[in-house]
Amino acid sequence: MDEKDLELLRILEENSRLSAEEIATMTSLAAAEVEARVHALEAAQVIMRYSTVINWEKAGNGEVSAIIELKVSPERDFGYDRIAERLSRFRQVRTLRLMTGTYDLQLIVTGKNMQEVSRFVSEHVAPMDRIRETATHIVMKSYKENGNALFEQPETERLPYSF
Amino acid sequence: MRDFISERAREIPPSGIRKFFDLVLTMEDVVSLGVGEPDFRTPWNICESSIYSIEQGTTSYTSNKGLQSLRDALSRHLAKYYQLQYSGDDEIIITTGVSEGLDIAIRAVTDPGDEILIAQPSYVSYGPCVTLAGGKAVPVRCTEKDHFKLNPDLLAEQITKKSKALIINFPNNPTGGVMDECDLKAVADLVIDHDLLLISDEVYSELTYDKRHFSAAAISDLHDRTITLNGFSKAYAMTGWRIGYLCAPKKLCDAALKIHQYVMLCAPVMGQVGALEALRSSEDEKNSMVNEYRLRRNMFITGLNRIGLSCHVPEGAFYAFPSVKETGLSDVEFAERLLKEQRVAVVPGSVFGAGGEDHIRCAYAVSRKQLSEALRRMELFMQEL
Repeated sequence: MDEKDLELLRILEENSRLSAEEIATMTSLAAAEVEARVHALEAAQVIMRYSTVINWEKAGNGEVSAIIELKVSPERDFGYDRIAERLSRFRQVRTLRLMTGTYDLQLIVTGKNMQEVSRFVSEHVAPMDRIRETATHIVMKSYKENGNALFEQPETERLPYSF
Repeated sequence: MRDFISERAREIPPSGIRKFFDLVLTMEDVVSLGVGEPDFRTPWNICESSIYSIEQGTTSYTSNKGLQSLRDALSRHLAKYYQLQYSGDDEIIITTGVSEGLDIAIRAVTDPGDEILIAQPSYVSYGPCVTLAGGKAVPVRCTEKDHFKLNPDLLAEQITKKSKALIINFPNNPTGGVMDECDLKAVADLVIDHDLLLISDEVYSELTYDKRHFSAAAISDLHDRTITLNGFSKAYAMTGWRIGYLCAPKKLCDAALKIHQYVMLCAPVMGQVGALEALRSSEDEKNSMVNEYRLRRNMFITGLNRIGLSCHVPEGAFYAFPSVKETGLSDVEFAERLLKEQRVAVVPGSVFGAGGEDHIRCAYAVSRKQLSEALRRMELFMQEL
């Protein structure tokens, strides 16, 4: 992993649809080298996958998300890992983290509607062994996701010319 | 009625291509590479600190020199990044943009008849500011062959007994040329031998790619005869805030301060508060903007050379300055036809004085998408020539 790899990652994180040729002109690398480096980063699972940031609300297909806090009794020898892995297998769980503070695991869960989310929590998460307590917070509105503002920002006016 | 316009005001040349710029305003779907300012918004922490200070009632004059806290922060910043030694107490003035700094610097040192040498191509206000101060602007040509650095031999040719000062601007608008330590030392010898003052406009200093900016006054023999100008507009995307600064040894600074206090009193306080925040905690924001300019530069320069517009690699600022000589068109003809036929706006190089003819200035302070579109249109234009 060198400086050029880091540069490629920053460029791809911002826009993964750029072609190798386009990236090549920006980074002064040959297109073939860009491809080779990207393949290596994919193989090493540094690049995990390519996805798209979508404003689903705008697409008229809003999903409901909830942040769920779990208090968990850790297992001898495994700590939180085994239960975290079990939880992470659910399609509904988009993000799962071990936290410091008043609770242990944080889940971000999405569903078509509130009922679906609450059913998932009550039927699949809460009854699991070792989960002592759950607290579910429904997301009311999202203003920014992964660095992307979800509200309209007016174009700034610039003079067509300035010296 | 008499003609009230002063001779000096009359002497300033009106822009010869006003009509051309007016035409851009009337056209739609123009990709403009004519804008000499960042396309980024000011980082939010800077805006926030300024808004908060207004809410707290910080809306009054500051000292003529500017907020002491900002001058002290600048003093530390300049020492850390550019090895420049200026005291925050009496060697730094916060100005209303570099434009004002330039004006008061020139007026502080120019007597009628003095010749002020200007390394060109250059920003458009240097010459007129010299004229308004009663001096005579003497262009010194920087050529593409020299990567648009100031060539000491060409400078020597223009020095006379009346020469008083030399104005340089590196990284340069419009060429993107830079001068490193070695280049500046060669010029320093001439400046010292002929007992000249150096006015160094370094507003693009933070936008230096692939190497660190070297500041003229860091050369110890130059320090006492140099006025360093810089500002927040370009590096921090703060053009509308109008905050610059002038640094010089106390005696020169005091002279500039007298003019500043009568014509400007002080720079706007809300801008000064924002500038302080920029210095304190906007390093990451600045770096990510600089990195983006660098990527665009690489992409754009590769593109220009590919479509047949030969262009040296600019090492600083956010301008490409390709030659249009091979097309057989003058820079003004090229710019006019490119605008009319493909709706891409660029600035003819001759606007920027000696050495600018046969070149066009393309600012790459626009999104990569717009840059690609501009290149696509420029390629069509070149094919149809």
